[in-house]
Amino acid sequence: MSKIIELKNVNKWFDKFQVLKDIDLEVAPQEKIVICGPSGSGKSTLIRCINRLEEHQKGNIIVDGTELSESTKNIEKIRAEVGMVFQQFNLFPHLSILDNCTLAPIWVKKLPKKQAEEVAMSNLKRVQIDDQALKFPGQLSGGQQQRAAIARALCMEPKIMLFDEPTSALDPEMIKEVLDVMVDLANGGMTMLVVTHEMGFAKEVADYMIFMDEGKIVERAKTKEFFESPKSERTKLFLSQIL
Amino acid sequence: MNLIAKPSKENIKTYVPIGFSLIFLSLIDVFANAFFNLNLMAFLPSQLSYFLPLILGFIGFYLIRIEFSGVRHLDLLNKNINSNNFNALLTLFTIFIILKSIPPMLNWFILDANFIGNSKDDCTGDGACWVFIKVWFNRFMYGLYPDTEQWRINTAFLILFVIVGISFFVSEKLKKYFILFLVFIYPFIGIKLISGGSFGLEYVESAAWGGLSLTFIISAFAILFCFPIGVFLALGRRSSLPAIRYISIGFIELWRGVPLITVLFMSAVMFPMFLPDGTFIDKLIRVLIAITLFEAAYMAEVVRGGLQALPKGQYEAAKSLGMGYWRMNALIILPQALKLVIPGIANTLLALVKDTPLIFVVGLMELAGMIGLAKTNPKWLGMAMEGYVFAGLVFWVICYAMSRYSQNLEKKLSTER
Repeated sequence: MSKIIELKNVNKWFDKFQVLKDIDLEVAPQEKIVICGPSGSGKSTLIRCINRLEEHQKGNIIVDGTELSESTKNIEKIRAEVGMVFQQFNLFPHLSILDNCTLAPIWVKKLPKKQAEEVAMSNLKRVQIDDQALKFPGQLSGGQQQRAAIARALCMEPKIMLFDEPTSALDPEMIKEVLDVMVDLANGGMTMLVVTHEMGFAKEVADYMIFMDEGKIVERAKTKEFFESPKSERTKLFLSQIL
Repeated sequence: MNLIAKPSKENIKTYVPIGFSLIFLSLIDVFANAFFNLNLMAFLPSQLSYFLPLILGFIGFYLIRIEFSGVRHLDLLNKNINSNNFNALLTLFTIFIILKSIPPMLNWFILDANFIGNSKDDCTGDGACWVFIKVWFNRFMYGLYPDTEQWRINTAFLILFVIVGISFFVSEKLKKYFILFLVFIYPFIGIKLISGGSFGLEYVESAAWGGLSLTFIISAFAILFCFPIGVFLALGRRSSLPAIRYISIGFIELWRGVPLITVLFMSAVMFPMFLPDGTFIDKLIRVLIAITLFEAAYMAEVVRGGLQALPKGQYEAAKSLGMGYWRMNALIILPQALKLVIPGIANTLLALVKDTPLIFVVGLMELAGMIGLAKTNPKWLGMAMEGYVFAGLVFWVICYAMSRYSQNLEKKLSTER
């Protein structure tokens, strides 16, 4: 099967500190991968490298057949195909929810305004906040904002979605509404890489689990195996602490 | 029982009327003294009569200082201007000073002022000689621009105001074109109209321009150009490309470090010496460029403040949606950053308008410069006060209007409802 994301021997340093050590990872289309690990283990950095919000110093990252490197020509094209959802939502506060969703399709994909709005409304409907379309981000709850952020990413019709701890900044009762949207998205066949501590979600949708510690992939296993019979001691310790 | 009980809710019926009467009495005394030169308390020894209003008012304020009286207006009054003895005194002093200062101001500005006549000899009263402003008004507005051609300035500004006026009422879609026209096309039409030299219009050299119209021309052009230059410098200073960053830093620090008066002098006197023989750039244009670049350096730092206030997540979100550097800045970053620093931008632009009188050092005379010229006219010596009060008022009106506009803009653009 062809791979949509390939990481070969990826290394990254922040100054002298090595955050990623010899990362190898392959993701097939429509695969859902959940990455977990203690904080500071490099899991956020890893997925941020995939749309080059962080630059890696060694190794190769190939996304949808294009290698990410210094030549910036293609980087915007890749980013347009890779949706990203952030921990802090990062909606644009000066624009309404609808404008948040139509801005990039209009200016990057050059969709006509009317068409962009149709796409936006259908995506907002999908995350069930179409009735909030004309409000500003500041007027929405955290859960609604995060769902709007997911809709905004979906409006670019990405091939891959990256989630960087999407529920970590939310109140407990809002986590479910966001996870429901993500489950729905997973069931729709999206390729997803999710950094999260929500193990219930992971069990429900993930094809593979990746456990990272100190910049290394410690364990990569099918979800069922990962939870029932983890191989590494470190994974066992981690799971015993968060389950 | 105390003979004089503390003011409280029980004795409110007696204390409040007495208190207000005393305050009223003290104000009447000062009022009569200030406006009619009467001393109502003359029967008292002179020192006592001098301080009596203060003492009466103080006692009055003490008597009405009833906590939780239940009367809304009384509580409000006590809370705001009469919360303790010290504040009561400050209140009294403030009122007295205002009462005392109104009559002389009124006399100078209006009652004793002279409005009618054509020469300094017509000013016989003790107050201001507004005849001076009246006679020189034309010069204060148009400088040395020929009288017969002044309709051109009027037309240029009239068209400007009409277009601006219309643009407030047209739909959003049309508004865009109005603004583009105003920013990119109209300035050059306006300047052509005023300078002439073609289309059958007589050429008027820029040295003859002056007065308030020159203030407007310089301010408008400097604002128009310094704003985008400032934005680019701010972006440049945060650029990841070292060459662009260091050029921006160097430019900003150079212009910020030099006094405007020096910059103007250099632009007018020294700059032409470096030009090859035969080339000539109009003095007004040189001055305009100097002011623009000078203010752009300040603008750049104001805008940079806004850029730095934005969370990194905004940049990342824009990038993750596939936006390149320019789209990210134009659509996401600058709209937010500029909105944040509207007060700072207004500050810089107000300073710019008020810096325009400095162009006198190169011999150009806008409003304040023309007043300086008029007051040294032998026939009109001693009119500095009237002239500068007039200039102050005009500048205040301009700057206050700008300030109000910036406040409205801030409110309009706010999305945190």
